Amino acid sequence: MPNDMMIEAEELAKRYGETEALAGVDFAVPGGSILGLLGPNGAGKTTAVRILTTLALPDAGRARVAGVDVVGHPAEVRRHIGVAAQDATLDGLLSGRQNLVLVGELSDMGRRAARQRATELLAQFELTDASDRVLKGYSGGMRRRLDLAAALMTRPPVLFLDEPTTGLDPVSRQRVWEAVRELTAAGVTVLLTTQYLDEADALADQIVVIDHGRVIANGTPQELKEASRGARLEVTLTAPYPRAAEAIGSLTAGRVHTSEDGLRLSAGVDSAPGLATSVVRALDAAGVLVDNIEIRQPSLDDVFFSLTGGHLAPEDDQPGPGAADPEGARPEMEGAGA
Amino acid sequence: MTTTTLRPSPAGTGIPGKLSAAVSGRVRNVWGMTRRNLVHISREPMQLSDVTLQPVLFTVLFVYILGGGIPIPHGSYTDFALAGLLALNLVTSTMGTAVGLSTDLHGGIVDRFRALPMWQPAVLVGRSFADLMTSCLCALIVAVSGLAVGWRTDASAGAIIGGFALVLFFTYSLSWIAACVGLNSKSPESAASFGFIVLFPLAFISNALVPTQHMPGWLQAVADWNPVSAVAAGARQLWGNPNPSAAIHAWPMQHPVEAGLIWSALILAIAAPLASYFYRRRTTE
Repeated sequence: MPNDMMIEAEELAKRYGETEALAGVDFAVPGGSILGLLGPNGAGKTTAVRILTTLALPDAGRARVAGVDVVGHPAEVRRHIGVAAQDATLDGLLSGRQNLVLVGELSDMGRRAARQRATELLAQFELTDASDRVLKGYSGGMRRRLDLAAALMTRPPVLFLDEPTTGLDPVSRQRVWEAVRELTAAGVTVLLTTQYLDEADALADQIVVIDHGRVIANGTPQELKEASRGARLEVTLTAPYPRAAEAIGSLTAGRVHTSEDGLRLSAGVDSAPGLATSVVRALDAAGVLVDNIEIRQPSLDDVFFSLTGGHLAPEDDQPGPGAADPEGARPEMEGAGA
Repeated sequence: MTTTTLRPSPAGTGIPGKLSAAVSGRVRNVWGMTRRNLVHISREPMQLSDVTLQPVLFTVLFVYILGGGIPIPHGSYTDFALAGLLALNLVTSTMGTAVGLSTDLHGGIVDRFRALPMWQPAVLVGRSFADLMTSCLCALIVAVSGLAVGWRTDASAGAIIGGFALVLFFTYSLSWIAACVGLNSKSPESAASFGFIVLFPLAFISNALVPTQHMPGWLQAVADWNPVSAVAAGARQLWGNPNPSAAIHAWPMQHPVEAGLIWSALILAIAAPLASYFYRRRTTE
């Protein structure tokens, strides 16, 4: 494993009573990049974050943050991390400013430095007007932003954000996204958990999908979409051709469905280079004239649901190959040994 | 995608090789936590009612309503009762420590503290210091309301302060037992029940408000060895107030100041490390 990995998890396992929260999870995050830890509720995302942020001990496996072992040297790890957790971990009876200064002081910043940094962050997150109000009066979005600000007090090189935009309105979400992008541009390494696929798609350099405590996919957003092989081919013909479906049958992953008027063909296809060209050539060779051809890439939602065993509502009467054969969606991915 | 790896070091941290740096770091952490808890009190002043209104109420109740029926040899009930009222109010106020810690544990804020590079026991020490400060306020209110109902002392300033300090030291050590209770309770509400189940009997089965001579024999033995009796009698002795317990042969009643100090030191020496252990155990998963 390369040395410039800022977050490393190896075979992490954790059990809470009868529940196997993590069953051997591996991933690594290079410095300055964003890892999106994606999974449904109860998949083990928060447990992974709790172990990496020294709040929980793994039953098995190893984890290092900034090169430091989280079990062996938790105090050292805490010097390198900022954490914005899911639960309200700010003090409801302190003002926004007092919360930030407290976090700074407890992180060994001097009082003056802590005050200065707090003022800076309050301005950055547009909380200056509310800075001296007691936290109880903050809206959900303001709390989230203050949570993020608290995580940034010491300018930590590694940041853990556990569902940072859950429950936020779209504008607040955009603000958080912008803040995260600025941070990685400045070299900060981010691990963010999310249930939102568009969030992972928009922010993450690398996505790890976990379900039932296991990694079921690991790759860039693009790789995951390709790996799902759930692309759909849609062809519109100039006139009905009885032999058209047969002509492209060898190129599709499933049965070719012909619309009642015979003008539209659709089928599930495996993404492959030059697929559109091959389809057009095959139809051309069969003497079929094509009006329009579209290969629709799967959304990350398609990938997610096919990986976690959920089902998309099938288009027409034909389930996508990804949903029909989940194993087929996995071979190209790491960590598929579930 | 920029690949520049910036690794800003946490502000203000060096390698804490020097002991003095480590100590000053801990002091800062404790002070930060103490201030946090004091801010809490300023936000919710009703939290303070048990150290502000209660002392006034108890003083009036005991001195004017019950006191008339309790004869005190060689002095007035008011002069006798003040040390006991001080002990009663301070002992029962330690319930606040249990409830406060329990509330922190259930609110999730402890997770925030645990992910910070702070000296973790500061969570407990800061709480105990903030509670000690409210105890001092409570002691002041007891003294003022006592003076208002006629309590007097001829002792030197040093002895007067010594009497308050004795009860406050005991209260401080007791707050660490309260911390242990708070760290082991399932909810802030169950932590509060500690007050009624433990603290009130502890305060009342003593010489705090009535001389123990009139109690049944076995209860008197318990009362005479109750640390609350020792600190109340110790304060009476230091203040030159009537102290009927001086006639009792039990060692703590013959040497109440020493007994109070020993009890307090003993409780602190056991409960503080125990609380630290419970905190670690409670927050380890």
